[in-house]
Amino acid sequence: MLYLQRLTSSLTIVLASNLCLVTSITAADLSGYGGLEFRGFSQSAQQPVQDHTTNLSLVFETEFFHDWDDGYQGFAFVPFLRLDENDPERTHFDIRELTYFKASTNWELRLGIRKVFWGVTEFQHLVDIINQDDLVENIDAEDKLGQPMVNLALIRDWGTVDLFVMPYFRERTFPGQEGRLRSIPYVDTDRARFESGAREKHIDFAARYSHYFGDWDLGLAHFRGTSRDPRLLPSLDNNGNPVLLPFYDIINQTSIDLQATKGNMLWKLEALHRSGQGETYNALVGGFEYTFVGVMGSAIDVGLLGEYHYDDRGETTATIFEDDIAIGSRVAFNDIHSSEALFGLVWDRNSGGQFFSVEASRRLAANWFLELQSRLFFNQKAGDPAMALNRDDYVELFLTYNF
Amino acid sequence: MMKKLLIASWLLIIPFEILLAETPEEKGLAIAMEADKRDTGWTDQSAEMKMILKNRNGDSTTRTMSIKTLEVDGDGDKSLLIFDNPPDVKGTAFLSHTHSLTPDDQWLYLPALKRVKRIASANKSGPFVGSEFAYEDLSSQEVEKYTYKWLRDEPLDGRNTFVIERYPAYEHSGYTRQVLWLDKEMYQPLKLEFYDRKNAMLKTLIFSDYQQYLGQYWRASMMNMANHQTGKSTTLTWENYQFQTGLSDRDFDKNTLKRAR
Repeated sequence: MLYLQRLTSSLTIVLASNLCLVTSITAADLSGYGGLEFRGFSQSAQQPVQDHTTNLSLVFETEFFHDWDDGYQGFAFVPFLRLDENDPERTHFDIRELTYFKASTNWELRLGIRKVFWGVTEFQHLVDIINQDDLVENIDAEDKLGQPMVNLALIRDWGTVDLFVMPYFRERTFPGQEGRLRSIPYVDTDRARFESGAREKHIDFAARYSHYFGDWDLGLAHFRGTSRDPRLLPSLDNNGNPVLLPFYDIINQTSIDLQATKGNMLWKLEALHRSGQGETYNALVGGFEYTFVGVMGSAIDVGLLGEYHYDDRGETTATIFEDDIAIGSRVAFNDIHSSEALFGLVWDRNSGGQFFSVEASRRLAANWFLELQSRLFFNQKAGDPAMALNRDDYVELFLTYNF
Repeated sequence: MMKKLLIASWLLIIPFEILLAETPEEKGLAIAMEADKRDTGWTDQSAEMKMILKNRNGDSTTRTMSIKTLEVDGDGDKSLLIFDNPPDVKGTAFLSHTHSLTPDDQWLYLPALKRVKRIASANKSGPFVGSEFAYEDLSSQEVEKYTYKWLRDEPLDGRNTFVIERYPAYEHSGYTRQVLWLDKEMYQPLKLEFYDRKNAMLKTLIFSDYQQYLGQYWRASMMNMANHQTGKSTTLTWENYQFQTGLSDRDFDKNTLKRAR
């Protein structure tokens, strides 16, 4: 953490000196939201220590963004804070972004803390590896911790090559002992172990080629460094109770992501080959998304999604996507409130376990936005990692004031 | 002097050519080509757009966005649209490489996830962000997007216009036909009627507050689209038009999406 602070402060100095050249910083550069999250669980948890069936949380995120040089240079700072009623691990602060960028005709350089997304599929972001999951936020792993990096993008006629050097590793956040939607036993993040003697100071590298050819969008990437997914090793805490300890291996991962956009049909593929984390393995997600535009003469668009998830490590693994079929539907009402809904069902072909999810959102007023989320877990079997969530069916309401 | 004379004679020849056109179809096409020719050469433009959406009850909501456009010879234009308001979509960006007769290439940037998403674009008739404008209403006007038929000349609000019917060439268009009132002086639309796939009148778009830029290019500062079937309407107002600011293909690529504001 000290290293991160040093990096942050030296970066701040560089940026501050740069900012002196900048004249007009206005309130228009500030945006963000404050939100209240409520979660209600349908039943009591599996362990007595998780003694709540409702939970309140306050969330704040602010973005300061300023660019100059016709948008070819800029600066972004995005602090994030969550205060949680029941889980001290969920109460946390993070710098989502603290970046300076400079762009030119055939390159872009970005220095600092950032978030980068790779991939095309919807139910799992298999090849997305630059940022660590901020897993206390949501089990969908779409919330990420800011990753310190130097990123140089080389922009050529034949595509873009992104090079990443990542000097500091972020450990995954896990819900604490009192938290819900967690593994059983819980993960003790204070006792994380690393393959590398440099621990979180191991320097990670990645390179990615991306381009589009007509209606095909392609990404090829290689990552060498600390695995963002830890292995979870069974251990005991000081009182002799079972805990899981995260172990971060050094891995090599090569991946492809591909999308073909054919009319109203999107064909999607993500695949990876990873070594260094136990046995070498391969994993794949393939699927489609088809959109019916303006159904029944209305303004409503309905999308149908189908994906197959495969991991050749099989049932023994930490992943819940080893042989799973996912189907879903996305409904966009195209109304003035930007109402949307996304339904999904994931079926584990091995264990028979099922996971159902709804996400819906609507703008209530110019600055007010409401999101509803529900996740239900059916038919989980003893021995499946997803069994830990068996009593954690929940409904979430998230109301934000945006500015 | 010689140059002035040349320009004067050139200006005289055009209406003469139009008069010589034999069929209403040829005349319609000739007018469309002239309108296109007069609006060629602006290279790039940027503007700020305010969109006011009103429902049948008069409730309204406002969106603001900035739009940059790059003129592309021999194909549809490239455009980058960045949302500023409402705040929950601030920074959402929409990149479009438009084509006349084939689906556009479109990417959406979602700032919360930092995700660039290629989106399905075959259907250009869907509503644009809940407004009464369809994607195809807002994309660049290319001659080959329609076939034409001149109907008549008539005055509209004290201005002389050509009235032209045009038929979308794109197979997935949401319209059977459009009727266009084109100002004879500016060669710009004053009014446009849209007929749906059942050939029922769907919408009327009124262009107003035209201003001329670079001494040549006319742009309406206000566009009002009324949907006759739903009673809803959308008004666009345009501000801060700038032309020839030196934008290039690079300002309209996938990389640019991630730092657009």
